[in-house]
Amino acid sequence: MRLRETILIFSALCAMLAVNLPQLAFAVNPDEVLQDVTLEKRARDLSSIIRCMKCQNQSIDDSDADLAKDLRVLVRDRLTKGDTDQEVLDYLVDRYGEFVLLKPSFSVANSLLWLAPLLTLLFGVFFAWRVMSTRQPATTSSTAIAALSKSERDTLSKILDDQE
Amino acid sequence: MAGRGNQVIAETGHYALVLALMLSIIQGVFPVIGAKSGDLRLMAVGQSTAIGTFLLIALSFAALTHAYMTSDFSLQNVFENSHSAKPMLYKITGVWGNHEGSMLLWILILSFFGALVSLFGNTLPPDLRSNVLGVQAWITIAFLLFILLTSNPFVRLDPAPFEGSDLNPILQDIGLAIHPPMLYLGYVGFSVTFSFAVAAMISGRIDAAWAKWVRPWALGAWICLTAGISMGSYWAYYELGWGGWWFWDPVENASFIPWLAGTALLHSALVMEKRDALKIWTILLAIITFSMSLLGTFLVRSGVLTSVHSFANDPERGVFILMILLIFIGGSLTLFALRASSLKAGGLFRPVSREGALVFNNVFLATAAATVLVGTLYPLVVEAVSGAKISVGAPFFNATFGPLMIPLLIMVPFGPLLSWKRAEFLPALHNLFWVAGAALLAVIIVLAFSSDQPVLASLGIGLAVWCMLGAFAEIASRAGFLKAGLSIGFARLGGIPRTMWGTAFGHFGLGVLLMGVVCASAFQKETVAELAVGETLSVSGYLVRFDGMVPVTGPNFTESVAKLNVTSEKGDSFTLLPAKRFYPARRMPTTEAAIETIGFSQLYIALGDAADDGKTVIRAWWKPNITLIWFGTIFMVLGGLLSLSYRRLRVGVAKTAKSQQKSREGSQHASA
Repeated sequence: MRLRETILIFSALCAMLAVNLPQLAFAVNPDEVLQDVTLEKRARDLSSIIRCMKCQNQSIDDSDADLAKDLRVLVRDRLTKGDTDQEVLDYLVDRYGEFVLLKPSFSVANSLLWLAPLLTLLFGVFFAWRVMSTRQPATTSSTAIAALSKSERDTLSKILDDQE
Repeated sequence: MAGRGNQVIAETGHYALVLALMLSIIQGVFPVIGAKSGDLRLMAVGQSTAIGTFLLIALSFAALTHAYMTSDFSLQNVFENSHSAKPMLYKITGVWGNHEGSMLLWILILSFFGALVSLFGNTLPPDLRSNVLGVQAWITIAFLLFILLTSNPFVRLDPAPFEGSDLNPILQDIGLAIHPPMLYLGYVGFSVTFSFAVAAMISGRIDAAWAKWVRPWALGAWICLTAGISMGSYWAYYELGWGGWWFWDPVENASFIPWLAGTALLHSALVMEKRDALKIWTILLAIITFSMSLLGTFLVRSGVLTSVHSFANDPERGVFILMILLIFIGGSLTLFALRASSLKAGGLFRPVSREGALVFNNVFLATAAATVLVGTLYPLVVEAVSGAKISVGAPFFNATFGPLMIPLLIMVPFGPLLSWKRAEFLPALHNLFWVAGAALLAVIIVLAFSSDQPVLASLGIGLAVWCMLGAFAEIASRAGFLKAGLSIGFARLGGIPRTMWGTAFGHFGLGVLLMGVVCASAFQKETVAELAVGETLSVSGYLVRFDGMVPVTGPNFTESVAKLNVTSEKGDSFTLLPAKRFYPARRMPTTEAAIETIGFSQLYIALGDAADDGKTVIRAWWKPNITLIWFGTIFMVLGGLLSLSYRRLRVGVAKTAKSQQKSREGSQHASA
């Protein structure tokens, strides 16, 4: 049970860092806001992951372009009609293509993108493990490539000693 | 309009640039030959040519600056990016506010560093210095060719137009005046570590002393890059007018990737310097860091970001930089592949040790860098391959980068407490009990006193406190506050080396930054309202009253300023003046936010659309502790400077090494 709790808290923390950061900026106009608080919250969360296609790397929540406003109204429209979040996104992707999603879908085409962090991490851990488990006499380092002369070595150790 | 004198100055600048190219070709050839054959006279050529190249490029840059100051529109570059009505300060910053000028600044800094290596590299072995200067010259040649062939700022117009077409109004800002030069100092600073890495591979000498020479350069470049990114972030925050401070924009990522790699380099160079270990990795990181700087330059300068198609339609510049990228990255990696096998890992260490902690740091930082890199390039690759357009935006980076940072942040306080070679966790943990207690206390306090999102935010704040206090755990244990008591502890503080303070401040800054990020995102309050004159809105206890719009005419813009009277709960009141600006020369509107700093927090107000009936939309945010984000980076820079200042004092040591080497050579000659 302890472990499960830990994992839960950990993933919650990840989620916090991950989910809350983008909700920093809003261009929502007062006339767009829905009366229903939970629905409006959903609309805001959705808006932060939908791209304003005319803008450079802005969500429709951030942008004050006309297109962004139209999309915000559209999202709220769909939500009031009873769409789930996923249905709203699907509807937008149907109309505008994948480009509209700031967070690419988990599809085969995007598998490299989503797996990149994990693969790099695994590779890094493997690499580090190799480095740490290699057993080699320390002296090979200096002999393999142009060996240091005795006086050079003395100088070096003096420099290193001074550091301590 | 432009006099004969102006023309002479502009042509001199152009000529100096061509001369600089010739000189750097000499610098790129003879010192390297000299280093190979052991010819000291050929090697010495590198020093004078490096200084000469710098002076010529500086002359060229001065000529361009002069053209901007005098609004010499016979230069196409000045015509396109300046305007005679612009304030003098922005005329000058306009020099690097455009493609051609910014490349000239890039290369000015590059040659400046070359000159520094030449002037202050007396303690370097002559062959290493010659190779370093040679490699620097190769980079200089590539970019001088790029400027002269594809991006020449000295192209003339005949007849000269009477008026310029202005600088992008968004870029007319003091933040932008200093932000790109700082960023470039960082980017290009890593060229020196790159040159050192390549030079070391050419001459085949890679030892701890090499790391000792490289680390100050890496540290200096890192300091500038940190400051540059931080300024850029604050600039975007107050200038773009919607209160975000980091957007995961490809242009931002282009500077963030080298920063992550450079931070890893800084840490691994430490292991190499102190323990003679991680050599291969450090060399590789030096190559990667500068490669990422080059890639960043390519991304920002080739226009590939706006659209792959626009890049394909006007490929000249992009292809040129791509060639530079391929030659330098490919070349250095090939050299690395050839030499790496002869570079056996040095000192041994256990997984739980200072080295192990730094490897941990490197693995996570490198993964983070790779993640940001893949996320930035993926849309370009997909579009180039299949023609499909996808977006990779902030939600992706937050979902991947965020979780990668958590283990790293948890580990930060442990690293400095572990001893070299082999260590144990428990004694280190013993020194961190009070930190963990404080972090836990912070979590409980936040849980008890906040209403919305308490669990998540409190954990984030706990982690921030853990980093902030944990940063000083090493110093506290060295001073022995717990064992020897306060007075003795304070007396001992003086004896603690400055690098240790540097590490502490750097890590403390990281914690402060995290604190700012968590507070500003979890506890932010916002209110949007359409107000008529005299109406009010309230945000987090501040009452904002709209007192009407005032038209203002600036030097090259007109603006309508909203007069806002803000009253706090305590009854203090102040005026805020957010505005909507219009720059007629480019027919471009901008939003000028008004910001009031209260403690570490900020009240941020921006204007929305004005309605016909005199009402206007006002967006007000309460951003608690948001300034900690930038204070955090200030502490990081301060830590870097502390560490660097300590190193400067140590130059004498390296000198001793050289004089010994000299005396050794002398005695060898004598014996021969």
